[in-house]
Amino acid sequence: MINNGLKIELGRRYRFAASHRLHSPRLSEDENYQVFGKCNNPHGHGHNYVLEVSFSGGIDPATGMIANLSDLDAFVQLRVLDEFDHSSLNEDVAAFRDKVPTTENLCMEIFRRLKTFPNAKLERIRIEETGKNGFEYAGGHAEEDSK
Amino acid sequence: MVLLTRKIEFSASHLYHNPNLSAEENRRIFGKCNNPHGHGHNYTLEVMVAGEPNPVTGMVLDLKELKEILEREVMRRMDHRHLNYEVPELAGQIPTCENIARVIWNLLEPRITQGKLHRVRLYESPDLFADCYRNGASGAGN
Repeated sequence: MINNGLKIELGRRYRFAASHRLHSPRLSEDENYQVFGKCNNPHGHGHNYVLEVSFSGGIDPATGMIANLSDLDAFVQLRVLDEFDHSSLNEDVAAFRDKVPTTENLCMEIFRRLKTFPNAKLERIRIEETGKNGFEYAGGHAEEDSK
Repeated sequence: MVLLTRKIEFSASHLYHNPNLSAEENRRIFGKCNNPHGHGHNYTLEVMVAGEPNPVTGMVLDLKELKEILEREVMRRMDHRHLNYEVPELAGQIPTCENIARVIWNLLEPRITQGKLHRVRLYESPDLFADCYRNGASGAGN
């Protein structure tokens, strides 16, 4: 490894399109509308999400890489994109059957799915729900990370 | 502490090839990046410097000075160059994003004397980048 006292992270961006509805069964209809506004529309709506992942590790001198991109891409495809892209998050992703699919919760769910990547350490997830909203999660939420 | 970021762009060519591996292994590991005639990218470099603003000037460091450092250390070395053959600091290394970011860090860190180099982020494309920090510095808050 040739990091020489530096911490080096590999960052990669992916895209997926999905629909969701923000609605909590713990709130009344009025309260749901008050809290979530138009995001509470019963039939849902969609976004083009941008998922940014950062992994740290040692640079392998033989390849110059922290992790081979084709391995990383295949892992993210399998663990996240296959299930999330062109899905209804509420209906198609089990984790959101009883959890509001906000981008905060999405970050934590995707972190949980990607932290087992064997070749490098997951440092951070960043998701842009739109060009104007970005969310980051770097682990540390005991309940999510222990699953 | 304040973080300031300066961005520059440069264009360069490269290829991935490890002479210690067979032709087949090179192709398997590096895929089309192993094309013997190379290929190129428009790189975007973001340099983040951390520090306290000077009470008189209000600046962490003079941006003109940072611009000159980036011109001298990065642009003249790498812009419109072949990274495998024309940048001595990368000789014998695979010029991946990770390695280029590390080399740029090592070029810049000693030159930045006002404030402290906090992060080097090098984009090879909008969807692929490498970040470099001094060990112990946090990646949060970028």
